[in-house]
Amino acid sequence: MSELDWQFFALLLSNGILIGLMYALIALGFVLVYKATDAINFAQGEFVMIAGFVVAVGVGTYGAPLWLAITIGLVAMIAFGFGLERVMLRRLIGRPVIAVVMATIGLAAVLRGFGPLVWGAGTKSLPLPISEEPIILGPLFIPPIQLVGAGVSLLFLAGFTWFFLKSRRGIAMRAVADNQQVAMAMGINVERYFGLAWAMTGIVSALGGIVWGNLLGVDVQLSLVGLKVFPVVILGGLDSIPGAIVGGLIVGLVENLAAGYIDPYVGGGTKDFAPYVLMIIALMVRPYGIFGKAIIERI
Amino acid sequence: MIHRESGLLKTTYQADMALYPLPVAKWAVGAIAVLAFVVVPLVLDEYYLSICNLISVAVVGALGLNILVGYTGQVSIGHGAFMSVGAYTAANLANRLGSPWPVNLLAGGLMAALIGAIVGIPSLRIKGLYLAIATLAGQLIIEWTINHVTFISGGVQASIEVARPRIGSMVLSSHRAIYYFLLVFVVLAIVATLNLMRSRVGRAFIAIRDQDIAAEIIGINIFRYKLLAFAVSAFYAGVTGVLYTYFLGIANYEQFQLGVSIDYLAMIIIGGLGSVLGSIFGAIFVTLLPIAIRYAMEAFGGSVFDRGTVLNLIPALRLIVFGALIIGFLIVEPEGLNRLWRNIRSYFRVWPFAY
Repeated sequence: MSELDWQFFALLLSNGILIGLMYALIALGFVLVYKATDAINFAQGEFVMIAGFVVAVGVGTYGAPLWLAITIGLVAMIAFGFGLERVMLRRLIGRPVIAVVMATIGLAAVLRGFGPLVWGAGTKSLPLPISEEPIILGPLFIPPIQLVGAGVSLLFLAGFTWFFLKSRRGIAMRAVADNQQVAMAMGINVERYFGLAWAMTGIVSALGGIVWGNLLGVDVQLSLVGLKVFPVVILGGLDSIPGAIVGGLIVGLVENLAAGYIDPYVGGGTKDFAPYVLMIIALMVRPYGIFGKAIIERI
Repeated sequence: MIHRESGLLKTTYQADMALYPLPVAKWAVGAIAVLAFVVVPLVLDEYYLSICNLISVAVVGALGLNILVGYTGQVSIGHGAFMSVGAYTAANLANRLGSPWPVNLLAGGLMAALIGAIVGIPSLRIKGLYLAIATLAGQLIIEWTINHVTFISGGVQASIEVARPRIGSMVLSSHRAIYYFLLVFVVLAIVATLNLMRSRVGRAFIAIRDQDIAAEIIGINIFRYKLLAFAVSAFYAGVTGVLYTYFLGIANYEQFQLGVSIDYLAMIIIGGLGSVLGSIFGAIFVTLLPIAIRYAMEAFGGSVFDRGTVLNLIPALRLIVFGALIIGFLIVEPEGLNRLWRNIRSYFRVWPFAY
């Protein structure tokens, strides 16, 4: 390969890694809920969108300072997480898988309608005090927002890893995830931990909404980021935090490399397509992901 | 003669499995048939008949999805894509070979069944949430393929015009003609589903839904029946796609995107999982919902919202009502409209007593 080819490759690689880490941030919200409550959240992208809306409207329409808008966004998403668990998901405990899947799909529809209805359908910008000039490192062009997103993502991944491994609440949450009845018998308030898990997802989604909202602009389309979560978590394993990072990196790299090398031949769009092909292969070969826990079923 | 049953007096398996448990059921079915075939097309005008046609298409699709999700217990978020497979197969056959509609319909259904069985292969190793995500991937991959392979999609717009179906020398172009055309398939789909579920295959599906490992132990070949369920369900979806294409006169992938898969899932959840009548109720309900919302907004929306923006709010409002209904039914009445109907019926059946 010539010098130029190597530069192109390096550019795709660095872009893939950074985008991948930003996917990991959203996937983290998904993994937290699945790990603690066994519920799959098809509305993850919509969570991100709503958080983006709250912050963007706070800054843009009401002219609030950024720190205040972000605080409001975080508080709103935490309250939303707790409220959602109390009103909707607690009533679906013990019901078949399709009930929870459909309930979160329904929730996604409600949120996708709610956002534009309340805040208008136009795309809103979410300005952050970060320069838009790319950082140039040799052959690489790195937009600073991607760097920030990747940093936030790594920070949270490290934080939640510590939380689940070392902290008292984190260990309790793992117990709840492992076996709800035994956890109850050990004196753990299972419902409270369910609420906590959804609130933690709210926090992660709020941050995801801020970085992705800055990158893409805030409108209904922002929720499509949620569709990228599925290849990430399936590759990494639905209940694994390190899996979210690894899955995110794989998806980020694969879609950038595919877009760089295959797009010219098929006329675009491989970016949205390649991760799912990879996911199907992963499902056939290793259904529980790279780090996921295999479930042994008994009658 | 109208009379009430008093207790269960069935002494043979034939009686227990009969399609009409009571003589009155025969009368009711006859009355509905007269209503659908004679009264509705005489009374309604073209616009309302076009809505009825939408419902007919939805009923076929909902029945198919219910076979897979409600009866066999395998989640699919890919039915919109199966419909598009049927639609594009038929449209290509009609335009390239000029084949008549029965051939196109069958080919569309069979092609969708083949693709459905392929998408269903992961169901042999994975289930529940993982399967839901795998079928979601199927939906997105099929959508992408149709959109990007010009041999299938026929160009940049990814839409193919299809001539109206014709019987002999008669071209079915009015909504009234299409209404009869579709109604035949609705009846066929209902009868086929009812009979399928009374057969050995249907029982195997239900056994897999209730406990697939246990089903395997009592001698049901899970490999075969799971794929069969996917294939049968996708066949219905493919036929739905072809029917919808003939109804619209055009095959367009935008009519079969992820949202459509979710609409159909909503139909069977709201109508009732694992129930033929529920599929019909759900299809009617979900098809009429956006129309009802539009009427309501045009009539009353102006007093709540700004007049000029009312029409722009309808899609958002539709999503909210739609999502809220799914959640509401799941929490309050998991067995759907079918259960509500049964409650009402049994109330009147035993009236004036409590039971």
